[in-house]
Formats: sequence, C-alpha cells, structure tokens
Amino acid sequence: MGTTASQLRKDLLSEYQELTFLTKREIILAHKRFSELLSKEDRNVPTPRVPMEKVLSLPELKSNPFRKRISHVFSTSDMKDGSLTFEDFLDLLSAFSDSATLEIKSHYAFRIFDFDDDGTLDGGDLEKLVNCLTGETDDTRLTTEEMRQLISNILEESDIDKDGTVNLSEFQHVISRSPDFVSSFKIVL
Amino acid sequence: KIPFMVPECQAFVEEFEGALGKGKGRKLYAYKVMMAKKMIKFNRDFDNFKTACIPWERKIKEVESHFGSSVASYFIFLRWMYGLNLVLFAFMFGLVVLPEVMMGLPYGSIPRKTVPRAEQDRAMDISVLLDFGGYCKYSILFYGFYNDERTIGVLQFRLPLSYLLVGVGIFGYSLMVVIRTMARNSDEGGDGGDDGQFTFAFKMFTSWDYLIGNPETADNKYASITTSFKESIVDEQENQKDENIHLRRFLRVLANFLILCSLGGSGFLIYFVVKRSQEFANLDQDELSWFEKNEVEFVMSLLGLVCPPLFETIAELEEYHPRIALKWQLGRIFALFLGNLYTFLFALFDEVNAKLEKEKSIRNATIWGLNEYYSNYSSYHNTTDIPPPDIHPADVIRGPCWETAVGIEFVKLTVSDIQVTYMTILIGDFLRAMIVRFLNYCWCWDLEAGFPSYGEFDISGNVLGLIFNQGMIWMGAFYAPGLVGLNVLRLLTSMYYQCWAVMSCNVPHERVFKASKSNNFYMGLLLLVLFLSLLPVVYTIMTLPPSFDCGPFSGREQMYNVVMETIENDLPAFIGNIFTYATNPGLILPAVLLMVLAIYYLNATSKNYQNANLELKKKMQMKTDRNSNKKSSLFSIGKSLGIWPKI
Repeated sequence: MGTTASQLRKDLLSEYQELTFLTKREIILAHKRFSELLSKEDRNVPTPRVPMEKVLSLPELKSNPFRKRISHVFSTSDMKDGSLTFEDFLDLLSAFSDSATLEIKSHYAFRIFDFDDDGTLDGGDLEKLVNCLTGETDDTRLTTEEMRQLISNILEESDIDKDGTVNLSEFQHVISRSPDFVSSFKIVL
Repeated sequence: KIPFMVPECQAFVEEFEGALGKGKGRKLYAYKVMMAKKMIKFNRDFDNFKTACIPWERKIKEVESHFGSSVASYFIFLRWMYGLNLVLFAFMFGLVVLPEVMMGLPYGSIPRKTVPRAEQDRAMDISVLLDFGGYCKYSILFYGFYNDERTIGVLQFRLPLSYLLVGVGIFGYSLMVVIRTMARNSDEGGDGGDDGQFTFAFKMFTSWDYLIGNPETADNKYASITTSFKESIVDEQENQKDENIHLRRFLRVLANFLILCSLGGSGFLIYFVVKRSQEFANLDQDELSWFEKNEVEFVMSLLGLVCPPLFETIAELEEYHPRIALKWQLGRIFALFLGNLYTFLFALFDEVNAKLEKEKSIRNATIWGLNEYYSNYSSYHNTTDIPPPDIHPADVIRGPCWETAVGIEFVKLTVSDIQVTYMTILIGDFLRAMIVRFLNYCWCWDLEAGFPSYGEFDISGNVLGLIFNQGMIWMGAFYAPGLVGLNVLRLLTSMYYQCWAVMSCNVPHERVFKASKSNNFYMGLLLLVLFLSLLPVVYTIMTLPPSFDCGPFSGREQMYNVVMETIENDLPAFIGNIFTYATNPGLILPAVLLMVLAIYYLNATSKNYQNANLELKKKMQMKTDRNSNKKSSLFSIGKSLGIWPKI
C-alpha cells in the first residue's frame, strides 16, 4: 500500500473536503478502505470501480437490510449494476455522515426507499420496505392482512394529497417531525 | 453528487472572481476574498483537529454497532461527564490546591495542618487512612488544611477569595454547560414533536438504526421491529377494553401506596443509621467492626441496589403500557435517590450543629487559655511585648472542624458508591455470564435461554447512578477539594471497565430502544440535581459560621465575608458603592418582578405560535383537499376525453 497510485493526492483531498461533509481523517480512512476492496488489476486503473458484491461485504453494510438499494442509489454506473467509484463511495459516506443536513438525508432516504425508482413511494414500494425491515425469514414476515392494514395506516398518516403515493415533499414533511431520524441515519467507518 | 467538472468550475470561478471588484476597490476586494478563503480553510483544519482529539471514539463505535445507539448513548453521556469533571478539576486544582501547595505553609507548620498529638501514633494505619482519618484528614484533600491568610506567596494570591469563587464557579460553569447541551439537543429534530401523529410512518421510515453492524443485533432489531408493527396494528384495531376499571384503579392506588411506604421506610432507615453513626463516633474506634464504621454508606448503597427491582415488581400490579411504566419507574427511582440524599443531608446537618455547639465551648476555652497566658507572662516579665506561646502545633487544642467532617462523609459515600457499582458489575454480570456459560454443559435446563441467561445493560439505572454521583460531587466539592480529582479517576476507570464488561458479559436488549428524546430527559434530570445540590452549599455559605481554627475562612463570621473584605480593601471605592446599591432590596424586588413578567410574556407568545401552527396545518389540509378535488375532476374530464396528462 505504499505506491503513489494508492495515495490520495493533496489537491484532491482538499477538493473532497470542500465538496462533502467529511473531515480529512474520514476521507483518508475511506480511501484506505476503498483501496482494500479493489482487486489487484483494478488498482492502477484511473477511476476504479468496485462491484456491488464487494461493497456489500463491508461490515458496516453487511447487516443493513437496505444495502442493495444504497449501492444502487449512489452508483453512477451506466450499467445500473450498483458498482461504486471512489467518488460515489465518498458521496455515500457524506450523505450518511454526522454533519449532513436533514434535507440531504431525507432526500437520499427517499431514493433508497423508492424500490422501483419512479419518484414516488407507492404501495409496492412500501410493501417491499416492510419486508426488508422485518427480516428475510418467513416466520418474521407479516401476513397479507396485516400488511394491507399497515400500508393503509401509513398512507393515511403521510399522504397529504391523497393520491395513494408518498412523494418527496410529503416524505420530507414526515421525516422532519421525527426526532430519531438524523441520529439513526448514520454510517461511520 | 460530486460533479466531475470540478477543475473547470474552479478555474472559471478564479478567473472571474477578481472581476467582481471593479474599479478602485479591486485590490481591497481581492484581499478580502483571500482572507475569507483562508479563514474557511483554517476553520476546517481546526474542526478536523477537534474531531481527532475526541477520545474513545472507536470504542464507543464498537459498542454502538453491537448494542444499538441507546446503550452507546450512555457511554457518550459518560464521556461528556468526564469532560465536565476534567474542567472542574482543572479549576479546583489550578486555582485552589496548587497555590496552597506551592505558596502556602507546609505540613506541620501550623496547628490546622498537623495531626494532633493524640492521633499521631495511629495516623499511618491503613484502617485509619481508608477511613480518611490520620494523614489523609490533614492534607490538601479536605477543607481544613487550607490557611486563612488574606494573601500568600510572592504573587499575593488571595486564597480564601479564590476558594469561595471556585466553589461557586463550579456550579456556574456546570449550569452553563448543561443548559447549552440541552439547547443543542432540543435543536436537533425537536424534542417531543407530535406524539402519536406519525406512529406508523416513523416506524416505517426511521426505525432502522444504520449504525448496527453486527448480524446478531440486526436479527434482534428485525424481531423488535416486527413485534412493534404487530403491536401497533393490534393497538389500532381494538378499542380500549375496560375489563374492570375499578379493580385496575384499586390496584394502582395499592401499588403507589406500597411504593410510598418503601420510600418512607428507606428514608427512616437512613436517618436512623446516621444517628447511630454519630453515637459510634463518640465511642472508641478500636471496638467497632468495619461494618459498624461504614454502616451509613453500606445501607445507602444497598437501598440503591435493592429498591429499583422492588419497584419494578410492585409496578407489575399497575398494568401500564411499557413506555408509561418506564417513565413511572424512572420517576420512582429518582424520588428514591433524592429522598435518600436529602435524608442523609438532614442527618448530617444535625451532626454539624452538634459540632458547632462543641466548637463554641472549645473556642471559649482556647481564648480563655490565651488570655491567661498573656496575663501571666506580662505579670511575670513585666513587659507588654509578648511573644506568641511556644507550643508545638500538634499539641494545640483543636476544634471539631465540621467542614472537614462533612467533606470526609461525602468522600466516603462516593468511594463506597464506586465500590458497590464495580462489585455489582463483577458479580451481577461477569460471574453470572461465567456461570451461565460453563455450567450450561451440565445443567438440566438451558441456562442461556431460560432463567439466569446473560444480563442486559441497564441503561436507565446506570445513567441515574451517574447523575446522582455527579450530584454528590457537586455537593461535596466545596468541603473536599480532592473529591473532584477522585471523580475524574473514577470516570476514567469506569469508561474502560464498563466498556469491557458490556462487550464481554452483556447481550443486546430484546427490544432494541432508540436513544432519542431520552437525551434531553436525562439532561433535565441533571439540571434538577444540580439545583438541588446547589441549595445545601449556598445555605452553608450564607448561614453557617465557619470553624474558628481550620479552613480558609476561619476567624470570620460568615464565609462570604471574604468577598466583602476584598471589595472594601482591594478594589477602588466606587465599586464598593455599586455593590451596596445593587444589593438593595428596592432594586432586587423590581428585577424579580420584571423576570416574572418576561416569563409570562414568553409563555403567551409561544402559545400564540402553537395556535398559528395549527391554523397553518388546517389550511394546508384544506388546500390539498381542494387540489385533490380539482385533480379528480380533471381526471374524470381527461378520462372522458380519452387523454390523461402524464405528470
């Protein structure tokens, strides 16, 4: 790990500091962890990409039920395969950092929960969301009746314009009233 | 998102930045911009440095990923307390202890700094030292050691004034820090919010804790989320079943009555034990067993251990919703600790008054003795220039020095509290975990899943213990300057010890709680405890006369007279006048009235804001209803025309 290719250039470092919410120490740590995920050949590529499986093997993401969605949301890959460059990775850490604002976090949370990427949270998205939260095993899942009841309750609470979906502003309105959200929507390396 | 055209953007900005400051002011403008940029960079570097200085970040993060954010919030609270105590220690040490040690008279030079002759042969015994008698008692740890000279040393340092100001300043600083933290906490996301308005939405969108990195904890979290979903669905569906309202009410009254009885019983027990310890103090120390000597502390710690589980069992009668039951439990434990502490204080006051009585007689005896010596000397040698009596400091008759006695009591209480806490962790968690792990192989039922199993980390118990420990430190710091240093050591070892204990002996909670609004609740408790520990100290400073022969205020009528003396002698005359006017009741009463009016006004304003809020919400609801009506009518029109505009 002593080659110049794997060290972060000073000007890039200060650039990243200005563009993200991360401190210098966090950026350097992120670079180190990112380099560990790269395979040998990829190290010398100018903008290396880490495939999604490797990203999901990070201990901070391994136990997260939304890990695949997180990868997809922050990925800038044309093939939509959830792979991340270093800048995508920094984006991810910045949005999940301590100093990120509520607007940023709620914006990204909305995109993570939007499973079909259509810009609103409809019944299908909410159902997938609940299934992620209750674990993958069959005995922890909710019954169809319970699911239906739950989704109708949620739409009743958050859907202000009664169109059957939760759009970004309704979502942000709900999230801004939550005292827990900012402190729990955090990932620290 | 990070735009990948950053270099081009930066070049553009740099090129045209200077052009903004046209004409004469161009150079000045460019200079200002450069300074602003440098300032931003400096702030950023300083922030980086500050975050790098925060200790134990890794350790807490590990605890957090295993146990969730609520257990970690205890350790964050502990770290915050450590920071607070470190500052208090710096004040006490730098401004009181260090000057006395470096510029004051050494041990053995004057009576208050020397062990009396009668106690000298036992002063080095371990048992005496552990009781904070002997050499400990006559050291910088306690109030009695400090001399009352107005200024000491080359720098003319005013020690008595410094002692008083530091004693009061400790409370002032703590108050400032606690309120600042409370304000910061309530800023983030607001405490309270609309309870019950968004229950389901919150559960859905905000219940996952993204800091969890451990699969076992994640499984627990899944289970608790599922349970909470099911619970709320059931809650929403069924109405309140009034099974038997009268029975429930009767049970609740009964439970409260039982708890009041036990609270009263514990208060009486403490009073009784402190009275007994006063009688023991009059007996010969050798005849008392260790138990009898430390009875008070032992009983208080025991009560603190036994009563909370007792309250929990009685509370089962009440059948409250778990969240409400937790609040009742916390309130009761708080009342228990408070009652115990104040009973202890009252019993201590009795002791102080008794000592004051004794002191009066000793003081009179000393003055009489001195007058006798002077009259004998002058009549024998026929001079008026009489040297002071040549008695070794250890032989002088000493007053009982109630402040040091009070300081010793607080130090003993703190030490026994530390011992009990550590013992509980060792036995209740570590030993239990060892037994469950190793006996499981040869036991009839599954120890890990069944009865003892592994312990869970008791967050509320630990946090309350920490708060009350801090209350005792605040009370005792004025009489025992070494107490703050002791507490710093205690918090440091607690951090490492409890981190180790929680990682090796505890399992994550079954219902993984979130550390949300509770933060400000605990800060509020700390604030209350701060006020309650301020009261006794201020009362003693204002009312009780200091001992005549020990401590920095000896010889004065009241402790705060030091301030008056300094104002009269050292500061210019007009400042004295200002103070005289400021303490005039005619000025203070209108000021108090003004503050009451201000509170009333602010209260009314906040109510108005709340009303305005509700009105706005209603308007928004009406507006969207109108919109959706418009939409649905548009939709039906569009449908009938065969077109529907895609949004």
